[in-house]
Amino acid sequence: MKFLSQLISGISLGSIYSLIALGYTMVYGIAKMLNFAHGDVIMIGAFVIYTACVTADLPPVIGVLIAIVFCTVLGMTIERFAYKPLRQAASLAVLITAIGVSYFLQNMALLIFGSDTKQFSSVVSVKPLRLAGGNLIISGETIVTIIVSVIIMVCLYLFVNKSKPGKAMLAVSEDKGAAQLMGINVNAMIALTFAIGSGLAAVAGALLCSAYPALSPYTGAMPGIKAFVAAVFGGIGSIPGAMIGGILLGVIENLSKGYISSQLSDAIVFAVLIIVLLVKPTGIMGKKLNEKV
Amino acid sequence: MEKNSNSPLVKKSSSIRPATKKNLITYAVVVAFFVLFQTLSATGNLKNAYKALLVPICIYVIMAVSLNLVVGVLGELSLGHAGFMCIGAYCGSFFSVLTKDIITVTWLRFTLAFVVAAVAAAIAGILIGIPVLRLKGDYLAIVTLAFGEIIKTVVNAIYIGKDSKGFHMAMSTAGLGMEPDGQVILNGPQGISGTPRNSTFVIGFILVMITLFIVTNLMDSRTGRAIMSIRDNRIAAESVGIDVTKYKLMVFTVSAAIAGCAGVLYSHNLATLTANTNNFGYNMSIMILVYVVLGGLGNIRGSIIAAALLYSLPELLRGVRDYRMLIYSLILIIMMIVNNGSFFVALREKLKFRLKNKKGAAAESKEAV
Repeated sequence: MKFLSQLISGISLGSIYSLIALGYTMVYGIAKMLNFAHGDVIMIGAFVIYTACVTADLPPVIGVLIAIVFCTVLGMTIERFAYKPLRQAASLAVLITAIGVSYFLQNMALLIFGSDTKQFSSVVSVKPLRLAGGNLIISGETIVTIIVSVIIMVCLYLFVNKSKPGKAMLAVSEDKGAAQLMGINVNAMIALTFAIGSGLAAVAGALLCSAYPALSPYTGAMPGIKAFVAAVFGGIGSIPGAMIGGILLGVIENLSKGYISSQLSDAIVFAVLIIVLLVKPTGIMGKKLNEKV
Repeated sequence: MEKNSNSPLVKKSSSIRPATKKNLITYAVVVAFFVLFQTLSATGNLKNAYKALLVPICIYVIMAVSLNLVVGVLGELSLGHAGFMCIGAYCGSFFSVLTKDIITVTWLRFTLAFVVAAVAAAIAGILIGIPVLRLKGDYLAIVTLAFGEIIKTVVNAIYIGKDSKGFHMAMSTAGLGMEPDGQVILNGPQGISGTPRNSTFVIGFILVMITLFIVTNLMDSRTGRAIMSIRDNRIAAESVGIDVTKYKLMVFTVSAAIAGCAGVLYSHNLATLTANTNNFGYNMSIMILVYVVLGGLGNIRGSIIAAALLYSLPELLRGVRDYRMLIYSLILIIMMIVNNGSFFVALREKLKFRLKNKKGAAAESKEAV
């Protein structure tokens, strides 16, 4: 029973990682950059929900919707002002800028909301599920997280593979120049990717803070980094890879928390990253790219 | 290291090489800074609050210079530099606490602590360097970040004690199973306490000078030029027979060893050594990266000045403290965009072109006269 409950909460945590990892992987695929600030967008999303639901006393669903809109706009703003001028620049410059944006968001939140940890009230009002005669309790948050994640992933998969803008996004990530020659607006596609990624980050923020209700300006940093590990694990640039990588990473983290050591679980997660990069640097689903000279 | 320095070609020109001149200015800046503050504190003109800043300034200068070696000279982004400092700090403190009663000569024990820490951090640098060899760019950055976090987590989870039977290592105090005469040295999240506070401004200064000596000489050597060629064009460097792997590993190791020494300076400046996000975690690594970037990538003197100024200014101006990181992050973004953004690059080219044309026109008109 212990194993099963650890496994289920691992899948739930992993689905959150997947949602965040999708943002990383899509942006990496299309803009070839590591958006370090992605984790902090989650935190901003959670703070928006907190402000809407606790301070302004709005219903949770409205709060989540406001957060999604806010983060989408935020993501596009960041892209427009910080990353777009650096489209042609070296990757080191872009990465340092992304770190700057991440720090900017954290410190902005620190100034507005203060450094003390806020108690986040869950946006989920589903009753926990009791199975096996009360031995196995699955919390409402876990159920909602898994269901919401599955729905989002299916929608995203259909959007990217079946719709016209989705296919255009794939084309841009494949070859920017050729996509432009085919009449695709590359800048609009990159902005759209950032918008989708940031919107997903807001959802992830709501789910994350419902399951782990401590909210501070640093809340997003760790899950963000771990989700990046998940994206690399699954093969960066690959959407199904991010989903699988996220869930696997969540399960690994929870099982190592339960069976090895709760203190060392972070170290184990990062060790997984290093092992993956050593054994198969392209990840589970990644494609091998040849370097052009 | 410099083969050419004895050749007649160089001897003929009486002026000093530009690189040497640049280094001499850097040394002079550091020495002047040291003499100024040492005199001020010796004559009692320096407030205690300012005195307390001197050793940390040395620590951050060393960290910034050593990180600049990786980011500015080798051109690879390392986000785990604080991890090496952590290893150095813990190994140095562990050694000092262990030998406090055995080696009573302070300078000898402290020097040995530096050696132990540098070796430990260098080994960590090699261990991290090996996976790093297979990666580039963003992946490398994230792996170094992961290593930094692993080091911090592991240090917080381990307990080491010593009793009459020897060393014990476990994941909890109870797990140590110590004899009654035992002494817990590394106490998990409580860290190491009882480290002798040997760090002084003079030692910090000496360490800064040694660091500078190592880094500037490395940069001006054949090895240094090979390293910079890897930064500028890895493929071209490889094609002229430069062993990329070897040089990358070397830079990582040297930089880690120096950071380890900074760690010793750090841990011997505190009564109790603990590891958290702000001193050995990701935040510290980023902080040092900010110093390096703002001082100028690859510019050693810039790193020194940026680290000293940016560390001490917020401490001196308390009101600015809350806004410090916000301002730093904005400066970071703006600097990157101004230096590398396509619009600004084009603008610079245009200005350069115009300036050239004007000069050309001026020269022509002079000739006509």
